[in-house]
Amino acid sequence: MAFVARSLTLDLIRAEVLATGQVVADSVRCVQCGVCSYNCPIGLDVRAYVWCNAAIEDPRCLTCGQCIARCPRGVLRFAPTDHSRA
Amino acid sequence: MGLRYVIVGAGVAGIAAAESLRTREPSASVTVVTDDPAGFYSRPGLAYYLSGLIPETQLFPRSPAELRALGLTWVQARANQLDPYAHRLILADGQTLAYDKLLLATGARAALPDFPGSELDGIVTLDSLADTRSIVRRARQGLQAVVVGGGITALEIAEGLNARGCRVHYMLRGARYWANVLDPDESQLVEDHLRATGIILHHHSQIREAIGKRGRLIAVETMAGERIPCALLAVAIGTHPRLDLAQSGRLKLDRGILTDAYLKTSAEDVLAAGDVAQVYNEVTGKATLDTLWATARAHGEAAAATMAGIPTPYRRTVAQNVTLLAGIPTTIIGSVGSGEDADLVAIARGDSETWRMAGSAWVVVDPHPVNRLRLMLGEQTLKGALVMGDQTLSRPLQRLIAANADLTPIRQALLADKSAIAHLIMSFYAEWEQSHADKR
Repeated sequence: MAFVARSLTLDLIRAEVLATGQVVADSVRCVQCGVCSYNCPIGLDVRAYVWCNAAIEDPRCLTCGQCIARCPRGVLRFAPTDHSRA
Repeated sequence: MGLRYVIVGAGVAGIAAAESLRTREPSASVTVVTDDPAGFYSRPGLAYYLSGLIPETQLFPRSPAELRALGLTWVQARANQLDPYAHRLILADGQTLAYDKLLLATGARAALPDFPGSELDGIVTLDSLADTRSIVRRARQGLQAVVVGGGITALEIAEGLNARGCRVHYMLRGARYWANVLDPDESQLVEDHLRATGIILHHHSQIREAIGKRGRLIAVETMAGERIPCALLAVAIGTHPRLDLAQSGRLKLDRGILTDAYLKTSAEDVLAAGDVAQVYNEVTGKATLDTLWATARAHGEAAAATMAGIPTPYRRTVAQNVTLLAGIPTTIIGSVGSGEDADLVAIARGDSETWRMAGSAWVVVDPHPVNRLRLMLGEQTLKGALVMGDQTLSRPLQRLIAANADLTPIRQALLADKSAIAHLIMSFYAEWEQSHADKR
């Protein structure tokens, strides 16, 4: 039961991140190596967003953080969505 | 008929210019001339391909369909001659290409070694995708390899070969790694990490001769008489801007193609961008080379605007690079070092000449054993910073340095208590950002 309870907590955290957080880029650090896109579990072309210095606004983004963790140059990070700031 | 734009070079400077020109002038003729059959790829990404982090296919930021959609004319050829008076290029096959506005984004090539035997098969540099393919093909489990040189590229090759199972010897001419950018403790951190991954370091070591058998490398001999058997020798001693085409057009040159702040060369309607451009800085009065991806992209975009009739100076920002040094995330911002590095004969890739213009500055170091932070503190502002490990502070520092923020309120505290540097910078930045945002 403890395992189930913990999973539920994680799900709630994830739901909150999905509602209020998004992945944003600092494109001046990026060299378009594509490590982010390569590691995206649902195949989003994260690199293309970074080229435009745009947040990853695709509604399919899981905010799983793989791209953030794998980027060798610290280009990506979580930030509150514009909506959650308002 | 619209203007004929020609860009020589398909690196990031060339592609950024081509995309920008296409946006500005949808119906203009934009031609990209490149002698690299691989077209546009992430050159810094080659290190990650070499180490096996990504496959080769991942190196291309634009799909063939995306490139087609830009409506560019691609000419895969070497441009041999430039006639700026006639406004034309002559390609290797004798074909002539006329232009109204020309951008030279020819990049830089690896400096070649000059010791005897340097023509042997098995001696490689890391310039292009073709070079990387060749290294990947040769690198195999247990192969003995030697790496010489300095800066980021030498380290990336050593780590890449090590990741592919080679037994790597890394030879340094001097006492430590990257002596004109890193301080002794930072060099030590990098070298400790290299050793921990199994790379064998040789200090004060220089190749006297590469020894071959039937044209193939079998060993290197050092000045001290040591002989290291090896089938692969990677050389990364710096890069030289590719100046041949500019030379043929009698453009004004120094170490690179000299340009004004608008990236205009000495010839009318000819601009230069990226690693080949030595750009005049109106603030310092000096013309400097950068071999940074972000700088090359910014050059390309500024040059495109000027070519399209909207004179736009390259807005020089603080030179910055973020890289993994022996697995340690490292950000170098602004001026952090000085002097020469015995392992480099010219500017390395991922480097900026401005990093070594530190001059007089107070050096403040947070002596954390893993997450190291070094600040170059001027009278009122920060001149540079080097952040190793935890990168939380790198963005705040990048912004404070770029904005020439006045650090007077915390200057004494920074000098007095080194263990509080990170905290002081973070709290100062939070307030600074708030007031900065309020003023906007």
